[in-house]
Amino acid sequence: ISFIYADDHADLSFQTGLRGTLQNYNWQIQLKSGSTLPVSKTEIKSSLSLFRFTVKRLFSTSHSSVDSKEMKKFQLLAHKWWDEEGEYSALHSMNDIRVPFIRDTLLNMSSNYHLGNPLSGVKILDVGCGGGLLSEPLGRLGASVTGIDPLEDNIRTADQHKSFDPVLAKRIQYKSSSLEEIVEESMETFDVIVASEVVEHVADLEMFIKCCSRVLKPEGSLFITTINKTQLSYILGIVVAEKIMGIVPEGTHEWEKFVPPEELERLLESNGFSVKTVNGMLYNPLSGSWSWMESMSVNYAMHAVKSGARGQSSPTDALSESESEQPSATAGTALTVQWKKSLLDQRAPAVRSLFAIKVLVSVPIISTFTLCPNKGM
Amino acid sequence: VHLSNRTVVINMYLFILGHDIHFHDKKIALLEAGPRKECDHMPDSYSNRVSSISPGSATLLSSFGAWDHVCSLRLKPFRRMQVWDACSEAMIVFEKDDLDDMGYIVENDVIMSALTKQLDAVADRVEVFYRSRAVGYTWPLPSHSCDTSPWVQIELADGRRLQTKLLIGADGHNSVVRKEAEIKNIEHRYDQSAVVATLHLSEATDNNVAWQRFLPTGPIALLPLSDTASSLVWSTSHEHASELLGMDEESFVDSINSAFWSNINHSDFIDTAGAMFRSAISLLKPSGTAVRQLPPSVAKVDPGSRAMFPLGMGHATEYVRHRVALIGDAAHRVHPLAGQGVNLGFGDIACLAHHLSAAAFNGSDLGSLKHLLKFETERQRHNVSLIAAVDVLKRLYSTRLAPLVLLRTWGLQATNALPPVKVRISL
Repeated sequence: ISFIYADDHADLSFQTGLRGTLQNYNWQIQLKSGSTLPVSKTEIKSSLSLFRFTVKRLFSTSHSSVDSKEMKKFQLLAHKWWDEEGEYSALHSMNDIRVPFIRDTLLNMSSNYHLGNPLSGVKILDVGCGGGLLSEPLGRLGASVTGIDPLEDNIRTADQHKSFDPVLAKRIQYKSSSLEEIVEESMETFDVIVASEVVEHVADLEMFIKCCSRVLKPEGSLFITTINKTQLSYILGIVVAEKIMGIVPEGTHEWEKFVPPEELERLLESNGFSVKTVNGMLYNPLSGSWSWMESMSVNYAMHAVKSGARGQSSPTDALSESESEQPSATAGTALTVQWKKSLLDQRAPAVRSLFAIKVLVSVPIISTFTLCPNKGM
Repeated sequence: VHLSNRTVVINMYLFILGHDIHFHDKKIALLEAGPRKECDHMPDSYSNRVSSISPGSATLLSSFGAWDHVCSLRLKPFRRMQVWDACSEAMIVFEKDDLDDMGYIVENDVIMSALTKQLDAVADRVEVFYRSRAVGYTWPLPSHSCDTSPWVQIELADGRRLQTKLLIGADGHNSVVRKEAEIKNIEHRYDQSAVVATLHLSEATDNNVAWQRFLPTGPIALLPLSDTASSLVWSTSHEHASELLGMDEESFVDSINSAFWSNINHSDFIDTAGAMFRSAISLLKPSGTAVRQLPPSVAKVDPGSRAMFPLGMGHATEYVRHRVALIGDAAHRVHPLAGQGVNLGFGDIACLAHHLSAAAFNGSDLGSLKHLLKFETERQRHNVSLIAAVDVLKRLYSTRLAPLVLLRTWGLQATNALPPVKVRISL
């Protein structure tokens, strides 16, 4: 399995300078969690060997950003999506900040406001919609939402859940498909793409972003939330969240696939997007709630806009590229630079004032985490 | 969103939601057991069921236009509230320095009529099922399973079926919604009944004071309705209440006057101790405290306006469940001595409306326990302390025991001398 694992990640383009010890430890953990999954090894192997042929080249039509091993993990939990207290409770409560983030950003960009339906008339593509946890609130706000997920079980759960609500049944369409599969039929179709907690599971991120760009209308918005690739995110996202506190099902995340914001920003800017906002997010497992914070060291949310004319390169390209090459030890300064930039670009002043307050609260929480890792073991 | 309603005033909840911009495309249904009640002109005689509306509740009503209807029908503001003890000279006076009103005495029928009118303004969003009765509730499973409806289903007596994301139970202290949802209720029946009546005063006065005297058998209150009429709320033992209801009108009026004026329960010891304490306070605070006023005397009772009902207290251990919320008397019942029942209910309404509006603007499922719990926490924190305080007051004033009488006498005198404490209490 370890060999297949390596092969699976062969085309990951980012490898930052990390300390070997941490990496080794990380590998061991992942092997362990892999073997405890109640999926037969042959099953994984067969699906992966099929997959290996398709992974190799960028731009080939058969190439997919979907990682089939990732899919196996989620299949087992497909029926759990709508249990607000269950495995996906952190995703349920993330709606409290990601829905306002999307809503307010879009409201600030548009001039007309529909009473009771602030997102009326907006066509949204929810990539990796899972059970429809984010599609439904966006639909309730008036948007017409297309949710896609490669896993058929997820789509079945999502479809069934919205079918009880006559309003949502009309506004939301779900489709079991990968992003690549709908590119041809949906060129420049959507006003907004939402990829929440998805890119850390994607096999080929650049390919994924290129596809987003193709289905998005010019000036369309892309919202991404994901996990940073830092030591802190390893400790909080995998050790604490999965192994100690069980907030997230074990094996949900692979730290290797986490995406640093500099990397994501570089990929976006080089593919015709201009990044408008990057905000750090923090989950407090004690209250079960999310809040905004200045630091992007664990979770973060990003808003990027597709450039109107193709091929136009943004002046910030050079800056973000140089940032991403900096070693992780100086990541702090890189983040500060980026934060200032995002402040300048930011169009939601109301959201901004929130962060200053939240940072004060979040620091003690992080320190609590790191100080008492033995809880529940 | 559906609402079962038996208490008079709670359907104001609906038009708050009906007016809320975030509820623009939400459908709301009201299940009302009674017929539609509306009147442009009030009958000459006053109803014997009245509520004391705090300025906060009045602001809530006026922010949705219903207060104007109340004003155009009938209400009586009061500027001063005097509460005193039958066993001593102790008294406390609440009044506003500026000429603002302390509150309003409004007949329940007036509030109901004003709300019915305002509901018509949002008829496109709020549908009222008059004379309807729910006969069965089907609750969804708490954690979602895919093949059953995740909503609450309600079967009406006429065979219609409704389904809703959120059922709000505002159906009074015997709430069927609460029982059907199997929410526990901590109840206590007081050994008291309230006697209500509409009274006519001997002579016309400004009549802008709400009077309440604590008798050992329970508090008696005289609430102004007009310059010549007042409403009586007399809490007393069940036997005495039946007696009051059975006696002829003249004896009834005599009983009321003597309840307000008699000093039969005074004792020399308490009077002396109270006087000493009062002079001690006047040393500390030479400007003096509020002066005692004398209540008006009652001349006659409106024929047929006498009625009685038993009193109790109750509090639901939970205000919310998955897709259910309780508000008003369904969630909490208090002794009428502080006149807080209706205002507590209005507070629930404002709070729940606020949280649901925020949830709607976030695109959340309105019946989700997450934001309902915020409502519960906020309101229980407020209501429990108030209900407990009212209960303690009721018990403290139901005794003639000298130490307790002395304690409450001094307590009341000290409070009366401390304006900041009084302001807190009267809010």
